[in-house]
Amino acid sequence: MAYFRSHVLVSIDPICIDKGAYELIDALHDELVKQGLIDEVQVLETSRIGDPESEGPDLMVYPEGVHYTNLSLEDVPFLVEEHFLKGRIAAQYTREAKEIADKELSAPQAKEMRIVLKNVGEIDPLNIEEYIARDGYMALGKVLTEMTPEETIQEVLESGLRGRGGAGFPTGLKWRFIRDAEGDQKYMICNADEGDPGAFANRSVQEGDPHSVVEGMIIAAYAAGASQGYIYVRAEYPIAVRTMRIAIDQARSFGLLGDNILGSDFSFDLDVRMGAGAFVCGEETALMASIEGKRGEPRPRPPFPAQKGLWHNPSNINNVETFAIVPQIILNGAMWFANIGHEKSTGTKTFSMAGDVKNTGLIEVPFGITLREIIYDVGGGIKEDKKFKAVQTGGPMGGCLPEEFLHLPMDYEALEQAGSILGSGGLVVMDEDTCMVDIARFFMEFTQEESCGKCTPCRIGTRRILEILTRICEGKGKPEDIVTLRLLCEQINENSLCGLGKGAPNPVKSTLDHFLDEYEVHILEKRCPAKICKPLIRFEIIDGPCTGCTLCARNCPVDAIFGERRQTHVIDPDICIKCGICEQICPYDAIEIK
Amino acid sequence: MSTIKSLDDLKKIREEALKKQQIKESSGKTEVIVGMGTVGIAAGARETLKAILETIEKENLSDIIVRQTGNIGLDSYEPIVQVAVSGKDKVSYGKVNPEMAQRIIKEHVVEGEIISEYQIKG
Amino acid sequence: MSVLVKNGQNVRNIVRALVEEKGREKSELIPILQDINGQFGYISDEAIKELSERMNIPGSHIYSVATFYRMLSTEPRGEHVIQFCESAPCHVAGGRLVWEKLKQELGLEKGETSDDEKWTLLTTSCLGVCGVGPVMIVDNNIYGNVTPEQVPGILSQYN
Repeated sequence: MAYFRSHVLVSIDPICIDKGAYELIDALHDELVKQGLIDEVQVLETSRIGDPESEGPDLMVYPEGVHYTNLSLEDVPFLVEEHFLKGRIAAQYTREAKEIADKELSAPQAKEMRIVLKNVGEIDPLNIEEYIARDGYMALGKVLTEMTPEETIQEVLESGLRGRGGAGFPTGLKWRFIRDAEGDQKYMICNADEGDPGAFANRSVQEGDPHSVVEGMIIAAYAAGASQGYIYVRAEYPIAVRTMRIAIDQARSFGLLGDNILGSDFSFDLDVRMGAGAFVCGEETALMASIEGKRGEPRPRPPFPAQKGLWHNPSNINNVETFAIVPQIILNGAMWFANIGHEKSTGTKTFSMAGDVKNTGLIEVPFGITLREIIYDVGGGIKEDKKFKAVQTGGPMGGCLPEEFLHLPMDYEALEQAGSILGSGGLVVMDEDTCMVDIARFFMEFTQEESCGKCTPCRIGTRRILEILTRICEGKGKPEDIVTLRLLCEQINENSLCGLGKGAPNPVKSTLDHFLDEYEVHILEKRCPAKICKPLIRFEIIDGPCTGCTLCARNCPVDAIFGERRQTHVIDPDICIKCGICEQICPYDAIEIK
Repeated sequence: MSTIKSLDDLKKIREEALKKQQIKESSGKTEVIVGMGTVGIAAGARETLKAILETIEKENLSDIIVRQTGNIGLDSYEPIVQVAVSGKDKVSYGKVNPEMAQRIIKEHVVEGEIISEYQIKG
Repeated sequence: MSVLVKNGQNVRNIVRALVEEKGREKSELIPILQDINGQFGYISDEAIKELSERMNIPGSHIYSVATFYRMLSTEPRGEHVIQFCESAPCHVAGGRLVWEKLKQELGLEKGETSDDEKWTLLTTSCLGVCGVGPVMIVDNNIYGNVTPEQVPGILSQYN
């Protein structure tokens, strides 16, 4: 049987038939024959996918899930050449729709393209047959029967796939390093220790499509010559742990893990290892220490894991998302993948959207899409239509970017040049009510707490930054603090042992670069313009709107509010802890923050 | 469950799985799909699922397949319930609490009336 | 120690059984510690001592591992453990107010256990469900979109 890399579904409901669906199928078939693609592209009939307003027949192309509409017979040669030969989406014919399944959900996600998330939210993750029905494990079959390990590495190299964990190192190259390394026992490890606050793509893939990770790992192990694998999942994700374990058991009982997989002489098995709540274990050398039963502390590189990794054996670590993409590259070809994306960042990337954006959740878009498109077109804009202030990309080691950067195309290089990182694809969107000094302090609190303590710049440096930021937020900042902060940022970045330390100053540095005025107001005027920093604000009840309903007084946790029923109440600033509960519950907006 | 020993075995299993799916789709059975990833559960999907199962039992309904899936990515709409009456497209409902779940079973699944005010739209 | 009495089982016996089951490889140390932590709520000195003997690993190493990981505790915890997500997305989504309310309802600060050993209030790193933040976990149950008003209701389920 031929491997079809694309499936074209032509809608043959009465409306589309009336508009020439059958003629379109014939034309597609003829054109595919003409361009020599008939063995690679399958044309199928399907039920209704269009909408009644559509002018011509509709078709969907998988695996990309592109919906073309209003097609005339004359458009067919161009469409076939563009989409199937050159691998580019013929944008002028696409419809703002995504998949048949979630037709109604499609509008906010018109720019999405799902490769990693293709099955997530569609299939039953606990049923291996549903995965197999969607061509699951066919890539493994192809690799084991038709490709040598070297060819597999070459295919992944040519696709341009880079590590989705954030570092962006070419995956194929990494695999070649471990393949070429000397040693009888090699390990393939999946980094599922998704610790970045605000990132949840790995969790969603593991919970929604665990077999794509398992399949990707088996293919990688075959390419690298590894016989044992580990999936290191953080303990904060109990459902992901459970789903992965079930998937591994199913794959094993189907003979897809274990000895002589699919009748070949390749054997590989997998185990799940649970983290125990240490952010630094996302760093690969720390992760391996943790699997070995030690404190998860990073160690200097070289030696790199490809030479001396787990138990001093050659090891390779990739992210969940990287593994989940691999089967799609094998099935659809390196060129198909390389044609998606932007410059040196090929393919798609998932982004976890959180914070003050309307549509929170997980999206997948081709590289090269701008931040503005992601936040406004896919994310639906800012909650309550407030003003955008900043977006933090790439988790706690990323920078906060202001509005001027919204035109930035999302790829590894562009974000780095802007002083941030792609990281794990977390996007925390912040609106005008956010205090950037408070945010910087907040992230520093995180990295300071998560610093493993092994190297001094990170252990002490982050502590010093946090102390200064806390002081500024309390209205005790000094003008020279800004210079000291910049110096500390530089020192920590240059001298830390691992990525956690090197990246830790990014939120501070980027807020200093882009929001210096807010620091200055905090330091010089002892004011918090966003009214967030507690020591710099006070709560007051305004005379007019207050009806004396007593609601605030009854809910105040420290009994700081006084007043007679039906009389304007008063807050005692000496007792008030500025928790903000009164402001939230007041039905008359009578509480003002000054 | 048979062990897959070759690529042909794998293809056979795929064909069987596809056939099973087709039979399911043409059987006239209605599928009710609940997003049961962590996000769904945090937003209350367990209560929603429980209400669905209870309503099905109370109304003495048969030919309904209730199954679960991961979280599709629209976190702000969780818990999400999808209903696919055979031969028709899936309809997705967002922020489904137990009362809404009850209505969805009674009105959409039984009577075939889509409850448009609960539907997730662009 | 109330859990212990309830189970009627001895720490040392359980540790012994766990080592028996999982083996004495050093790589099993963290999984075994997780199990002990899960069963008793914390890892006692007695457990560390027994584990050290059974696995032939110095007690100091076990202690250093047990104190390194946030989800392992060497201090006894209350009957119900509350973990509140303190990450940026939840913070931005109104988590600050929920946290205030939690502290107020329980009369506890971060990391404290109530005198009646009923509650322990902890924070956790990101749980990856930021789309429905603020998020908290009580024992093994996760609650999303939590508002300050919902806090007493959630807690009352554990009375």
